[in-house]
Amino acid sequence: MKRVLAALALLASAALAAVGARAGSGAGTLRMAVTTSFQNSGLADVLLPEIKADTGIDVQLIVVGTGQALRLGAAGDVDAVLVHARTAEEEFIADGHGTHRREIMYNDFVLIGPSDDPAGISDSASATDALQRIAAAQAPFVSRGDDSGTHKKELTLWKAAGIDPEGSWYRPIGAGMGAALNTASAMNAYVMSDRASWLNFGNKGGLELLFAGDPALFNQYAFIPVNPQKHPQVRNDLAQRLEAWLTGARARALIDGYRIGGEKLFTFNAVSR
Amino acid sequence: MDGILEGFSQALKLIVTFDPDLYEIIAMSLRVTLTAVIVASLIGLPLGAWLAVNRFRHRRLTIAVLNALMGLPPVVVGLFVYLLLSRAGPLGVLGLLFTPTAMIIAQVIIITPLIASIAHQAIRDLWAEYHDLLISMNASRAQRIRTLLWDGRRALLTAMLAGFGRAIGEVGAIMIVGGSIEHSTRVLTTAIALETSKGNLEFALGLGFVLIALAVAVNLTIHTLSGTERASTW
Repeated sequence: MKRVLAALALLASAALAAVGARAGSGAGTLRMAVTTSFQNSGLADVLLPEIKADTGIDVQLIVVGTGQALRLGAAGDVDAVLVHARTAEEEFIADGHGTHRREIMYNDFVLIGPSDDPAGISDSASATDALQRIAAAQAPFVSRGDDSGTHKKELTLWKAAGIDPEGSWYRPIGAGMGAALNTASAMNAYVMSDRASWLNFGNKGGLELLFAGDPALFNQYAFIPVNPQKHPQVRNDLAQRLEAWLTGARARALIDGYRIGGEKLFTFNAVSR
Repeated sequence: MDGILEGFSQALKLIVTFDPDLYEIIAMSLRVTLTAVIVASLIGLPLGAWLAVNRFRHRRLTIAVLNALMGLPPVVVGLFVYLLLSRAGPLGVLGLLFTPTAMIIAQVIIITPLIASIAHQAIRDLWAEYHDLLISMNASRAQRIRTLLWDGRRALLTAMLAGFGRAIGEVGAIMIVGGSIEHSTRVLTTAIALETSKGNLEFALGLGFVLIALAVAVNLTIHTLSGTERASTW
């Protein structure tokens, strides 16, 4: 028994040493809760090394839905959040959890569906028109159903279309963007996705981008530092430096210049102060 | 079938090219799970033995609860540990959330009932056999437990390996309390979940094969070092 424990301890300490060797040093570590769509877009992989090089800040991303991201911020478990659900964000500020809301950039949502387009949404006049056609055709539609920014946006659009989505064709799965796309791919169903996640998605199957471009589908990302008066341990100094970087010229060039397959994904729209 | 073969070749490619990110998450997986197994064994093995040799009120209920806890859903454990370690929670001041320590705590909670239950089962059978001998030798309670733990070591090893198996493949709890932060708390299972969400199914499956290979390697290492399962030992 002792030998087994010793062997286990040896293995664990070897693993410990290997991990410890990678731990970096610098100005400090900032934890930021971000939405799955931001992470899946691949933009994070471009921005984080540049942030580290310019400011010395190690940004650690906790990738969750907008609902959970705001929850983590309210509990003081992260130093800042980067999310996309305006109403929920304003509520978050009003409750005193964040110091302020700073718009950084936007991308857009797109409607994905089977390439033969049984509901005929590709020539719709607007996003609400497209949703009405899907509902009229009772074509399978996969919804995130997870209280995320994307889910909230989808519900707003259904409401604008005057439809209460219900029935066997409407399938809320309560999962992230990737899982929703995987499910839609397997069911050959319609689904609403942010453009970035869709372009980076590797399991498209028989799905295609069918409708995009309606301004109602724009998706604004905002940065919110967690309130240090509520949570003294949050690194508000780092959050402020990160905000300055995210709204600066370097971030503008990187965000506007980020492309997948030649397509521009994000539009920088932070207002400098 | 093509997807599965593709996953297998992805796994081979990752291993032979010494992908540094892969080795980093393997090291983190081992660090978290092996530490959890050691801690859970230090609690679970003596607890199992103690339950086997002691008679007390509500013993049956205690054992039933312990057995039932083997089925704890990891997500529930994750939420429990999250609420405990969150800044808004009772242990928030420790700042342990989103660290490997938080993941170890969650895994210890998940596997201790498993290790204790299997240990209790094994020791109880052994105790039935040794009871008269140990009583007649006037062995103290601590001596009895020590003897039983030593003579039951092969069964206890199985208990520990079962704990290792449950912990290394666990994703629900460590995702919540660890956050799957790149270069910090990402392990094999959360990396698999991430790649699946990106639709990189073959790559995710490849990581799954790596996980299985890792589990086999650890089991083999332990059996070799502890001298079990040799031809001469039955």
